[in-house]
Amino acid sequence: MGSAAITVERLERAFDEVLAVQGIDLEVGEGEIYGFLGPNGAGKTTTVRMLTTLLLPTGGRATVAGYDVVSEARRVRASIGVALQEAALDPLMTGRELIRLQATLQGLPGGEGRRRADDLLERVDLVAAADRRVGTYSGGMQRRLDLAAALVHEPQVLFLDEPTTGLDPVSRKTIWEEVRALNDEGTTVFLTTQYLEEADQLADNVGIIDSGKIVAEGTPASLKAEIGHPHIRLQLEEGSIAEAEEICARIGPLLPPVDGRTVLVEVEHGAGDIPRVVRALDEAGIGVGSLELVRPSLDDVFVAKTGYHLEHEGEESGEDEEEAVKA
Amino acid sequence: MSGLATNLRVVGALGMRSIRQTFRRPQLMAPIVVFPTILLAIQTGGAGGAINLPGFPPVQSFLQFMLAGAMMQSLMLAGNSGGIALAVDIEMGFTDRLFAAPISRYTIVLGRLAGTAALGLLAALWFLAIGLVFGAHIEGGVPGALLAIALVTATAMAVGGIGAAIALRTGSASVVQGLFPLVLVVLFLSSAFFPVELMIQPAQTIAEYNPLSFVVEGVREPIISGIDASDTINALLAIAGIVVLGLVLSARALRHRLRVG
Repeated sequence: MGSAAITVERLERAFDEVLAVQGIDLEVGEGEIYGFLGPNGAGKTTTVRMLTTLLLPTGGRATVAGYDVVSEARRVRASIGVALQEAALDPLMTGRELIRLQATLQGLPGGEGRRRADDLLERVDLVAAADRRVGTYSGGMQRRLDLAAALVHEPQVLFLDEPTTGLDPVSRKTIWEEVRALNDEGTTVFLTTQYLEEADQLADNVGIIDSGKIVAEGTPASLKAEIGHPHIRLQLEEGSIAEAEEICARIGPLLPPVDGRTVLVEVEHGAGDIPRVVRALDEAGIGVGSLELVRPSLDDVFVAKTGYHLEHEGEESGEDEEEAVKA
Repeated sequence: MSGLATNLRVVGALGMRSIRQTFRRPQLMAPIVVFPTILLAIQTGGAGGAINLPGFPPVQSFLQFMLAGAMMQSLMLAGNSGGIALAVDIEMGFTDRLFAAPISRYTIVLGRLAGTAALGLLAALWFLAIGLVFGAHIEGGVPGALLAIALVTATAMAVGGIGAAIALRTGSASVVQGLFPLVLVVLFLSSAFFPVELMIQPAQTIAEYNPLSFVVEGVREPIISGIDASDTINALLAIAGIVVLGLVLSARALRHRLRVG
């Protein structure tokens, strides 16, 4: 990773009396995927709109690709690709028309714009649907088209605002693969998401925003490590639970039991501690029905930092109805 | 490519999109062509005897008189439809795509106006063709027809500026659509459908000072009698006034929209 692709210092945005973004600081390195995680209304989209020059900050400053988002807005816009939360597509245009229009907006000459449009339609697997109106596309196809349009001028920094919200798992994986491929080619990606798994899978660094403030930042691994070690979950088949707990307690601290046949023991070395546990229980004649190593998740990090769980109520129905719920 | 050339290409591309959008969305096309054509047919069929009223300007037929009115109705509704389409773009986030591009943001409004002007041009050609097919003479000949077409096209763009300003300010298609009755009031309180001389007060005074009446006369004269310099200049001044008003309101509304995001 090289120098910073995005720097944000005490960035603020007020809407009348409401401070939607409250003086946040962050830095995204070149070639990095930065996951910006938070519930609805946390300030993710407001931050993205300021970084993409769609909204003026009311305080602080930010640079993208080395340019100030206020005083050098047009240079910023030439350096970025943007795919916003609601795929901003005209249902009456065809996919090909949309990408060609985007090429013109980015100042590409006609021939080059047409070539880029053809290449990108192929890249996102929309060649067969290229001359159909966008209104006939599925949600996944629309997101892929939106992504392709954002790439038409080969931007240095790509902003993806909740790119997979409302998509089925297959479409979500397709977008993830594309984001990874783009990042491998050197594009810096600023990704907002409500999906913990998405941030975990894609992001080099994660920032968690809640009520307009960044409450945690780091690599997914370091954030998880901050809140504790993994634990082993043992389901006993035969033998005394009290004896099993006594044995496990010699290996690591016990966590509160969930039922009368399960033991939870925190282990310092993760998978490396499993043989010790199994051997000790075997020697004591205690039968183990199942054993699972449970690592801390970003959800655990999120709960620890905000006191909220992120719930995905609309995930199955394809609706964007996730909301923050008090734990 | 120079900045100006790029901006002109963007205006052209957005204008083309605007025209396609109108042709692909029947609810935008209907008010521009279908409604004025039906009204023209009803009025010429039902009120054709009006040309015999004392004080009615000398015309070959009521259709010849009404052509300018039909064009005005069409271009006013084209301006309104352009405003609705821009508001729909704002509502569905399409303008964010445009605002996030490295172009002058005024090209976004100019692109929309270019599309509205093209629709005005099509409307002028359509109604002149209808007039010719049904026997109306264009007394000013080819130059008169070209002048009428040019004035209608320019007025469509000017009126479109006001539609765009309202769309940018409100960001609501239903608000812009709600102006439809107001468009008809402005039309009926002008000389579009009836000679000002035969109106009763206070409509007569309002119509005399309605800028649209000056445009109507500028378009009508080449059709019913021939090119008249004074009517042409008055029409151009009225169009310039509407253009300035539309541009000032659009620029202010655009700044407001960018400020509030």
